[in-house]
Amino acid sequence: MRLAKTLFTARETGILLALILVIVAATVANPSFVFSGDGWRDLLLTPSLLLLVAVGQAVVIITRNVDLSVGSVVGLTAYLTGRLFIDVPGIPAIAVFLAGGLLGAVLGLVNGALVAYAKVPALVITLGTMYVYRGINIAWTGSDRINASDLPKDFRGLGTGMILGLPYLTLIALAVLIIAAWYLHTRRSGRELYAIGSDPAAAHLYGLPVTRRILTAFVVSGALSGFAGVLFAARYGTVASNAGYGWELQAIGAAVIGGVAMAGGAGTVWGAAVGAFLLLTINRALPIIGIDDFWQQAVVGALIIGAIVLDRVLAVRRHRKLIAEREDHR
Amino acid sequence: MTAPATTVVSTGTPAHAHPFWRRALITREAAIIALLVLVIVYSIATVPAFGSPLTLTYLLRDIAPILLIALPMTLIIVTEEIDLSVASILGLSSVLTGVLTQAGAPFPVAALVAIVAGAVCGVINGFLVTVVGLPSLAVTIGTLALFRGIAVGLLGTTAITEFPEEWTDLAKALIPGTPIPVIMIPFVVLAIVFAILLHFTPFGRALYAIGLSKEAAHFSGIDVAKTKFTLFVLSGAVSGLAGVYFTLLYSNARGDNATGMELQVIAAVLLGGVSIFGGRGALHGVIAGVLLIGTLGSALRLAGISGEVINIITGVLLILSVVSAAVLAWARGRRISRIGRRRLRTARAAAPTP
Repeated sequence: MRLAKTLFTARETGILLALILVIVAATVANPSFVFSGDGWRDLLLTPSLLLLVAVGQAVVIITRNVDLSVGSVVGLTAYLTGRLFIDVPGIPAIAVFLAGGLLGAVLGLVNGALVAYAKVPALVITLGTMYVYRGINIAWTGSDRINASDLPKDFRGLGTGMILGLPYLTLIALAVLIIAAWYLHTRRSGRELYAIGSDPAAAHLYGLPVTRRILTAFVVSGALSGFAGVLFAARYGTVASNAGYGWELQAIGAAVIGGVAMAGGAGTVWGAAVGAFLLLTINRALPIIGIDDFWQQAVVGALIIGAIVLDRVLAVRRHRKLIAEREDHR
Repeated sequence: MTAPATTVVSTGTPAHAHPFWRRALITREAAIIALLVLVIVYSIATVPAFGSPLTLTYLLRDIAPILLIALPMTLIIVTEEIDLSVASILGLSSVLTGVLTQAGAPFPVAALVAIVAGAVCGVINGFLVTVVGLPSLAVTIGTLALFRGIAVGLLGTTAITEFPEEWTDLAKALIPGTPIPVIMIPFVVLAIVFAILLHFTPFGRALYAIGLSKEAAHFSGIDVAKTKFTLFVLSGAVSGLAGVYFTLLYSNARGDNATGMELQVIAAVLLGGVSIFGGRGALHGVIAGVLLIGTLGSALRLAGISGEVINIITGVLLILSVVSAAVLAWARGRRISRIGRRRLRTARAAAPTP
């Protein structure tokens, strides 16, 4: 009963309903949106990469920070993936995954160290590293491009293959999502991230290792983006210097739509994941429902604003209710 | 008789503890201006053709939109808010200018509508931030997507390139006898207006008060919400104006015009010594910051270095500028506490033992 009530009133449920609504509307307009091999695969596959990045972004936003460099990290690691396969013939795919995750983690560590030690807002630091990482990427890539033919067949298969009707990529993303949700919900260090985001000063006074936790959050975000970069190469095959461009805003948008508050301390990775699915599914559904897909970005913007206004209204109502209860008990 | 130690230990440097030249010269703004001069002198000496008047013309023409938008952005960041939607407003204004001109409206009408539309965008931002009470970072990430989305939605991938020649010529024209483009005249006028507004009016001083402490500003009788609302509307209107100029300069109205420019503007403002925590910063530093990034880009391009290296330099400069401020504040805190400890010791030594 309590579980049912929690599920029914959860912020994530509303977004999930919206997602289902979009899928139903698109399927009614064109049944092949869900009921065809390609439609089903794209429905699950397209949001999976953004899901990884959005989960990392949610972890960072929960600590009242933000990571604008994720798109650039995706671009760098995607190109690294291609280069490794070209320059080291016969390299096992697992080594490439490790290399991508490691590079992402190191780039995240740079962000985290600058934010945590220099006590400078993450917005500024990651705005700077976004430029720097993208610049390095462009300087390294130039007009070069990784093509699908440069990548081993097995690795490409990972990006598009399915097992039991589910794409590998989606399964990987789901596994990461479940681990992140479990960690944030049950582990002491995970709960501390929420405490830090709610009130950094109080968390510090209470003796929580604020610096270390923030560092961890950025490393997680970087590593997940790095991971997403490797999968980007597997999924699309072609990697130019603009890979992952603009993903930072999509990832933040996904997290915010899913109920992760920019002010920190609230929200779940589940919400961010559903947000990522909603964002990219709307992109694909718009042309089917008969709206020119040029309008998709406007819809995304309206969704973000709608989500934060909704959160604000709910917060104000909760606040009033708490005050009313306090008065009743007097 | 020495006073008790508690009154001797001061926690900050009084406003007039140093002579005027030191207060004026050893500042963030002066450092940025010095760096700008250094880069200009070095580029003229080493980069061929950098010293030519044509370079100056193109440089000023290209960075004029950033210069314009940086003015209201400075005011917004001083109040500890941010506006990430400026480049999207620029894009929307550009598209509106194009669409209306194509529909047969006289150009001045189209331009005016575009600027008013920019102001309306600012009203939306201001409403969500001050009336609904949302954080400006979240709001303007949303409107960044929304306004850009409307711009792209209106035109799709097409571009409008037909504009009345007398207006496009005006946008590219030079002030007679100089290599300085005409756009610098409205910019200088606006810069003076904004400088007076920020530094010499109660309204401007209130911005610093809000940035340092919103509550204190509120209790001293400043209407915080109205002030911030005004700033967002100003920012929208100036971005709209920049959009009209951008359209004329490149004779091109497209939905994706100036994508990502918000980050260049913010990078330049922060580089110019405005604190992201609010309450600190001055317009001359910001203008120097914009010119510094523009000059570096122009010099590197002329030197044949890939234009993308400028991204790395912009990013590094931005990080260095905020990290160095943090390190300086930390060093200053240590120095002051050392002075405090020393005074405490001398006070104790001088005090007669009971």
